[in-house]
Amino acid sequence: MLNQIVEKKKLAYGVHLFWIENPIISQKAKPGQFVIFRVHEHGERIPLTISGTDKDKFRVIVRAVGKSTYELCKLSKGEYIKDVVGPLGTPSEIKKYGKVLIIGGGVGIAAIAPIAKELIKQGNKVDVILGARSKEYIILENEFKEATNIFIVTDDGSKGEKAFPHQLMEKLLQKNKYDVAWAIGPALMMKSCSEIAKKYNLKIFVSLNSIMVDGTGMCGGCRVRIKDELKYTCVDGPEFDGRDVNWKSFLTRLSQYREEEKIAFENYLKKVGEPTWL
Amino acid sequence: MAVKDRIKPIVRELNERIKDFNEVSLGYTWELAVEEAKRCLQCKIPTCVQGCPVGIDIPGFIKEIVQGNFQNSYKILKKYNSLPAVCGRVCPQEIQCEGSCILNKTGKPIAIGLLERFVADWASENAIEEKITIEKTTNKKVAVIGAGPAGLTNASELAKYGFKVDIYEAFSEPGGVLIYGIPEFRLPKSIVKREVDFLKKLGVNITLDIPVGYAIEPEELIEKYDAIFIGVGAGTPKFMNIAGTELNGVYSANEFLTRINLMKAFKFPEYDTPVKIGKKVVVIGGGNTAMDAARSAFRLGAEVTIVYRRSEKEMPARKAEIHHSKEEGIKFQLLTQPIEYVGDENGKLKAIKCVKMKLGEPDTGGRRRPLPIENSEFFIEADIAIEAIGTNSNKLLLSKFKGLELNKWGYIKTDEFGQTSIPKVFAGGDIVTGSATVILAMGAGKKAAKKMKEFLET
Ligand SMILES: Cc1cc2nc3c(=O)[nH]c(=O)nc-3n(C[C@H](O)[C@H](O)[C@H](O)COP(=O)(O)OP(=O)(O)OC[C@H]3O[C@@H](n4cnc5c(N)ncnc54)[C@H](O)[C@@H]3O)c2cc1C
Ligand SMILES: Cc1cc2nc3c(=O)[nH]c(=O)nc-3n(C[C@H](O)[C@H](O)[C@H](O)COP(=O)(O)OP(=O)(O)OC[C@H]3O[C@@H](n4cnc5c(N)ncnc54)[C@H](O)[C@@H]3O)c2cc1C
Ligand code: SF4
Ligand code: SF4
Ligand code: FES
Ligand SMILES: [Mg+2]
Repeated sequence: MLNQIVEKKKLAYGVHLFWIENPIISQKAKPGQFVIFRVHEHGERIPLTISGTDKDKFRVIVRAVGKSTYELCKLSKGEYIKDVVGPLGTPSEIKKYGKVLIIGGGVGIAAIAPIAKELIKQGNKVDVILGARSKEYIILENEFKEATNIFIVTDDGSKGEKAFPHQLMEKLLQKNKYDVAWAIGPALMMKSCSEIAKKYNLKIFVSLNSIMVDGTGMCGGCRVRIKDELKYTCVDGPEFDGRDVNWKSFLTRLSQYREEEKIAFENYLKKVGEPTWL
Repeated sequence: MAVKDRIKPIVRELNERIKDFNEVSLGYTWELAVEEAKRCLQCKIPTCVQGCPVGIDIPGFIKEIVQGNFQNSYKILKKYNSLPAVCGRVCPQEIQCEGSCILNKTGKPIAIGLLERFVADWASENAIEEKITIEKTTNKKVAVIGAGPAGLTNASELAKYGFKVDIYEAFSEPGGVLIYGIPEFRLPKSIVKREVDFLKKLGVNITLDIPVGYAIEPEELIEKYDAIFIGVGAGTPKFMNIAGTELNGVYSANEFLTRINLMKAFKFPEYDTPVKIGKKVVVIGGGNTAMDAARSAFRLGAEVTIVYRRSEKEMPARKAEIHHSKEEGIKFQLLTQPIEYVGDENGKLKAIKCVKMKLGEPDTGGRRRPLPIENSEFFIEADIAIEAIGTNSNKLLLSKFKGLELNKWGYIKTDEFGQTSIPKVFAGGDIVTGSATVILAMGAGKKAAKKMKEFLET
């Protein structure tokens, strides 16, 4: 049935994988695109990257960070998402580049998985850096088996090297030459990686997680400054060359609703108690 | 003989209405409606009709009111206009039907909009349904893209002609601007819902959450359907693009209104979508959208100023909305142009740098051109700014529609009946004309339906 959760799995504390039935989206989605969910009638619209498709269903991987994502993660197999819109956004620019460096941080690993897969299919040599806080959060590792090299870094050193992704990135760039890079993960990680890319004169795609409403270019809420131009993340992006992004204003805009988000979250926890399902 | 005054509608008390989002004007009771209807001169050559974009038989429907035959009156209205409850409320009557009424010279034109609204509401309260006559069923299928007034009207006409109609809408609710743009206090959403329910009764299929161009490609529709109507609206907001446009606290009216109307942010946290209300809100622009944003912000508790670069006379908003806005306590800062947003150390808007303007020679459109006055810069304190300066054509669908010719402004090129450069594909509403009005969008939907019928039958 349309928008039914046909499979759900907890990957780590607060990180949940969903397979949602929706043939239209699964047949149309390309790497780099996203969907917008509205979990229930009173819900807000939350964008999530499409992390894979299989026949009539598509996959998203969600990190619970506030009210809407907590609620989403509380749903079980068999339940439905009220509204699912997609696929949205411009697909990743995938073609034969030669040698590609791909960096996924935290739940951003979910977004790079289909991109890496497609790049490899197109005959690129792909090196992958997976980064996370600690070893539990290195997700989907076995989906990168076909990569030429796979490097793992964690903030606490519980797996792979104890480093931040951009630090390892710089190390690799000192030794190797890449034709293009992708970095998807927390905004600060993407910013740091973009700074390194700039230093080494490397084109780098980042996927911006701007606050969105419609996702169709109708509200302008997701606007970012790319070089001197205002662009709408939902239709012009979400991927942009990280070297051109005005990171300062992008980061500021992510904090627009801090106070309201806190209220919503606290009210929610008061209502449901301990979030044991996470 | 002195012309009697217009009968005033019942309007909710100021103090009460500014606290909620319920409808401001309650319209006429039937006694008031009959009294107003009696003022109509039943002109032999009714100039009012020429002012109505869909040519409603205005003296005809008014005469039935005088005689108390509301049902007949409704029948007449419905023959010309499938959404009389909407148009009676939101049409810019002063430049259309009422502006062309013979009594307009006296300053007391017949309140045609209020009468139209009265009849439509009466019909709905008394559960009077238009007798649906479906001409003859055919197996030809039509796809309508977008469920705004243009698409809804087109679908309703085609369904009545007996075609099978599927509407695809990107949002989670049908209605277009009627749902996400125009606030509840001006157009209750229950009215839109009623019209949509009527469409469903006609057998029209509405599929929501479908961004055509992404979820379905135009080619697929062209292959699967015998004809297509595009009514995707104008849709993409313009920004002045002055320094500081990315600051927190700067909105487009589309975003601000969508959060409030469609997502019900005015009921946050009962509904999850937040909106910043702020203490001092500045709305930039002089159209209906500006008034709607200003009055919404005001209802959420802010002090609101409208900043407009020309004078009040040039404001494109409906007169009634300007009047209500002022009455409710919204300040007007006219002949003023913002030139920069100023933020605090946290990236939040704190003031708007403006320059004073004067009116110069009329431009090609006949409106006097605003010119900046040298050395007149000043600051307006504001924590929220809402830009309502118009929209551009939304490329969501158009960028994917191969072979569809656009005009130099990026809107769809059509002939006068709405046929595009692809014979099977028709279009109407804001995506053809640029931002216009509900009645024009409906008129375009209807006209195209007629042509589509011809097209489908040959
Ligand atoms: C294109 C895109 C793809 C994304 N893909 C994923 C993904 O695959 N997995 C995942 O876990 N998360 C993804 N996100 C982020 C996800 O949308 C937010 O985490 C979510 O909306 C937070 O909602 P909340 O109510 O749970 O948290 P809140 O407490 O409301 O917000 C937490 C933070 O999330 C951001 N946020 C809040 N509301 C929105 C919104 N309407 N749109 C975007 N960001 C918002 C803000 O920066 C906010 O500070 C993506 C975002 C975008 C724009
Ligand atoms: C705030 C505001 C106040 C207004 N006030 C008045 C007023 O008082 N009186 C008046 O006469 N006019 C008013 N207008 C103008 C009027 O609303 C519009 O002219 C009218 O709605 C245009 O109708 P439409 O059907 O062409 O487009 P819209 O109403 O814009 O509807 C288009 C629909 O298409 C959908 N869509 C877009 N792209 C896609 C896609 N790719 N796939 C599927 N669906 C898609 C959209 O989601 C939307 O629902 C106002 C406009 C605004 C914004
Ligand atoms: S549809 Fe609009 S213009 Fe025509 S009569 Fe009604 S209110 Fe007037
Ligand atoms: S022009 Fe005015 S007075 Fe004459 S028929 Fe029309 S509404 Fe009545
Ligand atoms: S989310 Fe509204 S324009 Fe991008
Ligand atoms: Mg939230």
